[in-house]
Amino acid sequence: MTLLLLLLPLVAALAVLLSGNKMASRVALLFTVAEFGLTVYAYTIFKQQGPEAFVFFHDWISSPKISINLGVDGLSFVMIGLTNFLLPLIVLSGFNREYSNAKTYFSLMLLMQFALIGVFMAYDGLLYYIFWELALLPIYFIALGWGGKNRVPVTLKFFIYTLAGSLLMLFGFIMLYYYNPNASFNITDLYNNPICSCNQGWLFWMFFLAFAIKIPIVPFHTWQADTYSEAPTQGTMLLSGIMLKMGTYSLIRWLLPILPAGVAEWGPLAITLSVIGIVYASIIAIMQSDLKKLFAYSSVAHVGLIAAGIFALNMEGLQGSVVQMIAHGVNVVGLFFCADIIINRTKTANISSLGGIRNVAPRFNTLFMIVVIASVALPLTNGFIGEFLLVYGVFKYNTWLAVFAGLTIILGAVYMLRMFQNTMLGNTNEQTQQFADLNWSETLVLGIIAFTIVVMGVYPKPIFELVQPSLDIILNKALAK
Amino acid sequence: MTTLLYTTCLGLFCMLAEVLNLRKLLVPALIIGLSAIFVVNMQQWGITTPASIGPVSVSHMIKMDNFAIAFSGLAIIISMLIFVLSANYYKDEQNHISDYLSIMVFVLCGALVMFSYNNMAMLFLGIEILSISLYIMAGSRRFDTRSNESGMKYFLMGAFASGFLLFGIALIYGASGTFELEGIAKYVAAGSVTPMFYLGVTLLLFAMLFKVSAVPFHFWSPDVYEGAPALITAFMSTLVKIAAFAALYRLFSHCLGGTMYYVEPLLIIVTGATIMVGNVTALSQINVKRILAYSGIAHAGYMLLGVLSSQTNAASSVLFYAAAYAIATIGLFALAIMTFKSNFSENVDAFNGLAKKNPVAAALISVFMLSLAGIPPFAGFLGKYYIFSEAIRNGYVTLTLFAVINSIIAVYYYLKVIIAMYSQPANDKPLIIHPSYMVVAIICAAATIGLTVAPDMFMQILK
Repeated sequence: MTLLLLLLPLVAALAVLLSGNKMASRVALLFTVAEFGLTVYAYTIFKQQGPEAFVFFHDWISSPKISINLGVDGLSFVMIGLTNFLLPLIVLSGFNREYSNAKTYFSLMLLMQFALIGVFMAYDGLLYYIFWELALLPIYFIALGWGGKNRVPVTLKFFIYTLAGSLLMLFGFIMLYYYNPNASFNITDLYNNPICSCNQGWLFWMFFLAFAIKIPIVPFHTWQADTYSEAPTQGTMLLSGIMLKMGTYSLIRWLLPILPAGVAEWGPLAITLSVIGIVYASIIAIMQSDLKKLFAYSSVAHVGLIAAGIFALNMEGLQGSVVQMIAHGVNVVGLFFCADIIINRTKTANISSLGGIRNVAPRFNTLFMIVVIASVALPLTNGFIGEFLLVYGVFKYNTWLAVFAGLTIILGAVYMLRMFQNTMLGNTNEQTQQFADLNWSETLVLGIIAFTIVVMGVYPKPIFELVQPSLDIILNKALAK
Repeated sequence: MTTLLYTTCLGLFCMLAEVLNLRKLLVPALIIGLSAIFVVNMQQWGITTPASIGPVSVSHMIKMDNFAIAFSGLAIIISMLIFVLSANYYKDEQNHISDYLSIMVFVLCGALVMFSYNNMAMLFLGIEILSISLYIMAGSRRFDTRSNESGMKYFLMGAFASGFLLFGIALIYGASGTFELEGIAKYVAAGSVTPMFYLGVTLLLFAMLFKVSAVPFHFWSPDVYEGAPALITAFMSTLVKIAAFAALYRLFSHCLGGTMYYVEPLLIIVTGATIMVGNVTALSQINVKRILAYSGIAHAGYMLLGVLSSQTNAASSVLFYAAAYAIATIGLFALAIMTFKSNFSENVDAFNGLAKKNPVAAALISVFMLSLAGIPPFAGFLGKYYIFSEAIRNGYVTLTLFAVINSIIAVYYYLKVIIAMYSQPANDKPLIIHPSYMVVAIICAAATIGLTVAPDMFMQILK
C-alpha cells in the first residue's frame, strides 16, 4: 500500500511522458484522480489498522547505513492527503491552456508529486534528504521551461538559495549520524538518542536554515516573491500550496524532536524572526500593486504564523500549524488560480488597472469571494480555525508576540479586501469588459476548493483526530531536554 | 600482472593493424579485447599469489591487490567507452587511427601500472608511460596551433613535474635505502626519519599534486584541456585524473601513511584551495571545455579529501566518487563533442536551445550536469556524500563544511549549460548525434542512476 501510494505518481509521470502532447493533461488528470482515490482508500485502512499497516522497510546501503524506511503516521497522512488532493486540481487548472511540450510539463508535475510524497513518507534521514532534493528538480525545470520573461536569473537564485540550505542540512545529517551510537539515520534512533546539548546549538542552524529558506521565514525569503510571479501558475501552486509545507512539516517532524535543546536555545530567536516576518510581509503586501506578488507576500505572512506556532512549543500551536498548513495549501492554490484567471483574460496583473469584474462574471465573483474570506480567516472558513489556534498558541508562549502575530489577521483583511475591492467591485473598464465567466474546468476547480473551505471550516475534527497521536509524541520529545 | 601484459599486447596489435590493413576492424577488435581483459582482470580478484612473468617473480615491482584490480576494472571500462566514441571521432583521419588508438591503449597501460605499483621505480615508469603518450595525443592535431600549444605546454610542465618526482624518489631512496613501498613503510615506522626523507616526501607530493592538477599546480590543466582534441580532453579528465588519484591514494595507504601527520597541514591547505579556486574560477568561464577543466580541478579537491582520509580505508569512497565523476564526464563529452561540431563553437552558447532541437540529448546532459553538481538522485550525490562522511569520520569537520559551501557555488556554472539548453532560443544549425555517441551517453546516464540505486554492489568491493 505504502509503495503503491508512493510509486503511482512516478509511473504516471512516465505514462504522461509517453502519451503525447495532446493527451498529456487528460492522462495526468486520470492518474492524479486515481492517486486521490487510492488515498481515500488508504484513509479507511488507516482508520482501522493505524500506522502499522503502512510500515515499509528495506535495506539499501549497508555502510554508512541507509535504509528505505517508509511509514505513514497521522501527520504524514495529512500532508500526503493534502498533496494528493491538490494535484488533480492543479492539473485540472492547466486544462484549456496552451503549453509547449505539454507532456513534459505535466510529467514534471507528477514527478514533483512523487518527490513530495516521498518527503512526507521517509523515516530515514538520508532518504528524506534525497526526496527533499528531488522535489527541487521538477519545480526548477517547470519554472525554467515555462516561466515568465525574467525567469532565468530568478530561477537560478531560487535553485542556488534552496540548495545552499539543503547542503547545510546534509552536513547536519552526517553529523547526526556520527553522534548517534547506533550509527543510523533511522528516525526512531534519532529521536531516542539525545545529542549532547553542547552540539545541538549549531546543528539547529544547519537544519533551521534549510527549512527557513524553504518556508520561507524572513530574512531568508528574498527568492520567493520573484519566483512565484515568474513561475507558470501550476508551478506557483505547487510551490506555495505544497512545497513550502515541506519546510513547516520538517520543522515538526525532524527539528523539534531531534534537537530539543537546540530548539530551546534558539527557538525564541526563530519565533521572533517569524513574527517579524509576519508584520513585514503584511506591510509589503499592502503596498503591492501586482496581484501575484501580493499573494506571494500574503503567503509569507501566513507561513510565518505557522512557523511561529510551531516554535511556541505547545499543543495548540502545533495543532493550529497542521490545520493551517492544510487550509493555507488549499486557499493559496485557489488564490493563485484566481490570479491566473484574471491575468489570462485581462493580460495584466496590475490591481489598479482592474475593476468591476463582478458585473461581468458573477460565478467567478462568488467563488473568488469565498477563497478571499477564507484567507482573511473569517469564522466558518478553514482559515479561521488554524489562525485562531496559532495565535492562541503564540499567546500562551508570549503575549506581546501574540499581539504582533494577531496583526496578521487584521493586516490580512486590509490587503485582501482592498485587492478584492479594486479588482472585482466598482465600475467595469475597458480591460475587464470582455471578461468571460468561468468555463467548466475552472468552475470545477474553484468549486471544489470553495466546498473544501467550508467543510473544513465547519468540521475540522477528522484532521485533529488524525494528527493528535503523532503530535503528542513529537511534543513530548521536543519538551524533554 | 596479466592485465598489464595483455593490454600491452593489445597496444602492439593496434600498431600492427596499420601494417596488416585492418583499420576497419580496429575499434571492434579493441572493444572485444578490452572486454576480455576486463574479465581476466576481475578473475584475479582475491587471489594473493605474487605477480610473476613465467618463473620470474615481479612481486616487488607490481602487486595486483584488490585496490589495483578494482581501479583497473574502472579504467578499462572508461577506455572502452572512449574507444566506442573514437570510431566516429577519427573517421576522417583513417591514416592515423591506428597510431592514435595504440597510443591511447598505452595511456591505459601507464594507468594500470600506476594502480598496481609496489615500487617507486614502477610509479615513475607508470607516470611516464601515461604522460608521454598524452603529450603526443594532446598535440595530435598537427595543423591546429591550439593543439600544438596544448601539447607543448603539457610537455614542459609535465617534464618539470617528472623532475620533482625523480628527485623526490631519489631522496627517499637515499634516506631509506629502498624503492619498495613496504620497505619504505617499515623505515617510516621505525621512527628515525631524517630531514632528507621529509624533503623527498614533499617533492614527491608536489609532483603528484601537479599530476592531479591541485592548486597551486593547476595552471596547465585549463589550457591543455581547451587546446587538446575534445576526445582526448575527455580521456584526460577521466582516466588520467583517476590514475593520478589512485597512485596518490596508494602512496599514502600503502607506504607513506606514517608521514601523514607531517603532510597533513599542507594537504589540508591544498585541498581547501583546490576546491575553492576550481569552483570560483569556473564561474566566469564561457568555454565549456574550460568550465569542465576547472570543475575537474574542484573535483580533484573533493577527491583529495578522500586521500586525507586514506588511513581509515576510504578507498571505496574514492573509487565510487571517481566512477561517478568519470561516467558523468564521458557521457557529457559524448554529447558535447557532437554539439561542438555542429556549432563550430565550444562555448556555452553552442548549447542554446538544445532542448528544442534534441530533447533527449538535453535531458541526458542535464542528468550529467546535475550528477557532477552532486544533486540527488544521481551518482555524484552519493559520491560526495561518501567522501564527506569519510572526511568527517577522520575529524576534518571544518574542511568538510568548507567543501559543502563550495559545492553550492559549483551549481551556478553547471546550471549555466542547463539554462542555455532550456531557456535560450535555438539557432538554426542542425544537431546530428551519431548513434554510437547516443549509445555511450545512454549507458553513462543509466550507470549514473544505477549507481545510486544499488551503490552497495560497488561500495563493498574494497571493504
